[in-house]
Formats: sequence, structure tokens, C-alpha cells
Amino acid sequence: MYNNLYYHVVKLLNAGKRMDGRGLLDYRKPIDIEQDIIKTAEGSARVKIGKTEVIVGVKLEVGTPYPDTPDEGTIIVGAELLPLSNPEFELGPPGIQAVELARVVDRGIRESKAIDFKKLCIEEGNKVWLVVIDICTINDDGNLLDASSLAALAALKTVKFPKYDEKAEKVNYKEKTSKKLEVEKEPIAITVTKIGGKLIVDPTTEEEKVLDARLTVITEKDGTLCALQKGGDAPLTSDEVMQIVDIAAEKGKELRGAL
Amino acid sequence: MAYKKRAENRGFEETRPIEAKVGVIARADGSAYFKIGNTAAYAAVYGPRNLYPRFLQNPQKGILRCNYNMMPFSGTGERVRPGNSRRGREISLVTEKALLPVLDLEEFPNSVVDVFIELPQTAAGSRCAGICAASMALADAGLAMKDLVCAVSVGKVDDKLVVDLDSSEESYEEGNVADIPVAMLPNSEQITLLQMDGKVTKDELKKVLELAKKACKKIYEIQKDALKNKYAVEKVL
Repeated sequence: MYNNLYYHVVKLLNAGKRMDGRGLLDYRKPIDIEQDIIKTAEGSARVKIGKTEVIVGVKLEVGTPYPDTPDEGTIIVGAELLPLSNPEFELGPPGIQAVELARVVDRGIRESKAIDFKKLCIEEGNKVWLVVIDICTINDDGNLLDASSLAALAALKTVKFPKYDEKAEKVNYKEKTSKKLEVEKEPIAITVTKIGGKLIVDPTTEEEKVLDARLTVITEKDGTLCALQKGGDAPLTSDEVMQIVDIAAEKGKELRGAL
Repeated sequence: MAYKKRAENRGFEETRPIEAKVGVIARADGSAYFKIGNTAAYAAVYGPRNLYPRFLQNPQKGILRCNYNMMPFSGTGERVRPGNSRRGREISLVTEKALLPVLDLEEFPNSVVDVFIELPQTAAGSRCAGICAASMALADAGLAMKDLVCAVSVGKVDDKLVVDLDSSEESYEEGNVADIPVAMLPNSEQITLLQMDGKVTKDELKKVLELAKKACKKIYEIQKDALKNKYAVEKVL
């Protein structure tokens, strides 16, 4: 569908260049993180990578635990690819791209155990905190996955619990307590994209249109891998996978530095 | 009981602090950010662009489509469920009617101008903030416009006529509250949005519309400044 664009991008990559002048493994700079930007949310952050901008807001709700984990709260991640952020996004319920985005961000936080679900328990078997993380895109210039995952982590770090009124069995959102949500791990997502046999990071929307394959690697601070997601139509060799994991570990440090 | 003092020592005819900026969303043809107190709105304009499905097209002129949406974490209390709500749809409709009179879409048959309004944070007056942002975004998109559109809510809290109600005033419990969102074309002084929740006398309505007019003219200056600022050139010595 984008044959000409594909050949153009590949030709540049073969010469070690990108359309915006970056090197293959360069993130756009600066990576800008602003925390606690939404007063109506219990936690929030805005991340800008180049012209890509996402806002993440966290709301806390009280609900009943799952029967198999009566003493654990949970997280719920939602993503809205707002039509305001890209001419190709449409109104309506989340499409498959939004669902994948939300699930990958969810997996990073869940599997790294960044949040101890047991600490979200209010009353075993009956009441637990639900941490609802909503991702909203403001401007999509590619790499929403890495930006959203970073914004979600930055937002979680600012969460303060609202007061829970035991008698009324309701959350009093007007009163924030000083109790902060403990974020025990730092899962950072790095997506490496393969186009014409070359590996690049932080793709723009144009590069995403012509990608052959991509692999998102979520790592913790010590380099432990906690989630993976392969996308794109083309396969990856196991050598490429190992190469991507190395790139992700390296780039993960860079993004951690921005946080 | 009388309503004596507003939060943050605000005068009864004073709006909350306003911040405005255009060109905030690179992918959009036009965009703006408008913040009044703790209510913030983004607006993005896409178009004029082809309209599909084709049966929606009007061969005589282009159409305007507005969509107002609160982000899930933008409400003061519980999380707002994403997606369509009756409230959102109604606000989208009245926003469209508020903006349409300044546009000339006859140049763009079979096309659509899409305006997406997103609220990251709200505390009363969100439809007005959305309209202010949208009209700036339309101007930023370079569409020919007869005027900008300025909007503010006015009303009555207990015995006082007020401009730009905040959330504590909207839910004031010790007396009656009337909330009247107004959108106005600042040059011709015509009204393009008018709604009311609450009770006022004919006389009060007349007075309060005067207050809205004054406030809208102030907002107009802020909007114009923001549009000009996009093209401001730093002075080189």
C-alpha cells in the first residue's frame, strides 16, 4: 500500500539514515515527562517523545476482588486513541490497535509486579482498590507504545489514595490522603522495529506504516525481562530477537534516566 | 442568607484565570488549548476533508461535525466511562450550532470539517471552554471566519449575578443556582449558544447577558493574542 514510502525508508536505512536525520538507534529528544498535571485524577503524567504526546490519568475505585484472589486489588488499563491526535483515528469504541496498546502496558505493570496487589486490599473477599489507568493520545507521531508505557509508570508514581468512607461505603474523592501508591518496580517498554532487515527504535508514524515487524520488550531496572509483544506481518529470527533484547536493555537505561 | 464571597477572592463579574494557546497538536490542521480555572480543553480541527459514507455528503456545502468528550479521569468524582454519553452528544450538538454561524462552508461541497474537543480536566464551564478552544482551532486551521466565538457561563448564585461559575457555585446548596452557558460573536454581539439550568427573572436574564457580553470581549482579546503569538518572531538584536 505504501510501496514508495517503503523503498524510500529502506534506502535511507541502508545508508544508516532516517527521514528526520536520526541514527537507527536514536530516540527523539528531549523525552519530556511532566507529572501530576491533572487535578481531577489521583495520579497523572504527560509524556512527549518528539511530537508524540500522551496523557495518562489514574483513578482509584473500590470494588470487589476476584474470587480466586480475595485479598488482592488489581489494575485496569484502558487506551483511547483519540481522533484528535491523528487524522486516521476514528470515533467509536476502542479498535484493535487501542486494545493491544492497553494490554501491553497492563502486562508490563502486572508482570513486573510494580504494584503489590495485596497492598490494595481493604477488606479480604469484599473490598479492594482498583487502580484504573487511562491512556489518552494527544498527538500521534509514532511510538505510542513506549510513550504510553512510560507515561503510565510516571503517573502511577504520583498516585495518592483518596479517602474511603467506610460508613457510606463510598470513596470521597474530594479528600486525598497522604498515602501514596508504592511503585516497587520500573517496567520500561522499548519497541524495536524492523524495516527492510534493519532494526530501529522510536519510529515515526511514517516508519510505522511500512514496518515489517516489531518487538516490544519490557524490562526492569536490573535487566530482567517482564513482558514481550511481537507485532507486524514479517517473522523475526531468534538472532534478531536476541539483538532486540540487547537494544531494549540499552535504551531502557536511557528512558529510565528521563524518569 | 446571601452569597457574599467567591473562592480566591474573585469578583462577581470576574472570570477565573485563563490560559490560551494555538498549534498544540502537530498532526491536526488546526488546534488549540484553552484553560479557565481548573477546566482545560483541547480542540483539534481536521479538514475540510472528504466525507464518507457518501450519503452524508452535501453537494451544496461542507458540513461541520463536532465531538465533545471528557477524558476518563477528567471528572471531579468517579471515573467517567469512556465513549458516548447523552450529555456528550447534546453538548456536541450545541457546540456545532455555536460555531457554524461564523463559518462559510459553501466553498467545500461534499466535505466535512471535524472538530474534536477533549477535556483532560474539568471543574465547571467545560462546554464553554470547549467552544473557545474550538473557535481558536478553526482559525488556526486557516478557515475563513466571520468572527471568533467566545463562550462563558454566567448565572445566579443565591442573590448574586455571577460570571464563570466554578464547581462549588454550580453545586451551591444554600440557595438557588442558575447556570447559563452563553456563546457570543464578539464583534456582532450575536448569541450562538444559550442554555439555562435554574431560575431567573426576565430582568436578571437581561443583566446577566450584559455581563456575558463583557466577559466574552475579554476572552476574545485572549484568543486573539494566542493566535498572534503563534506567529510571533523573536526579536534578533
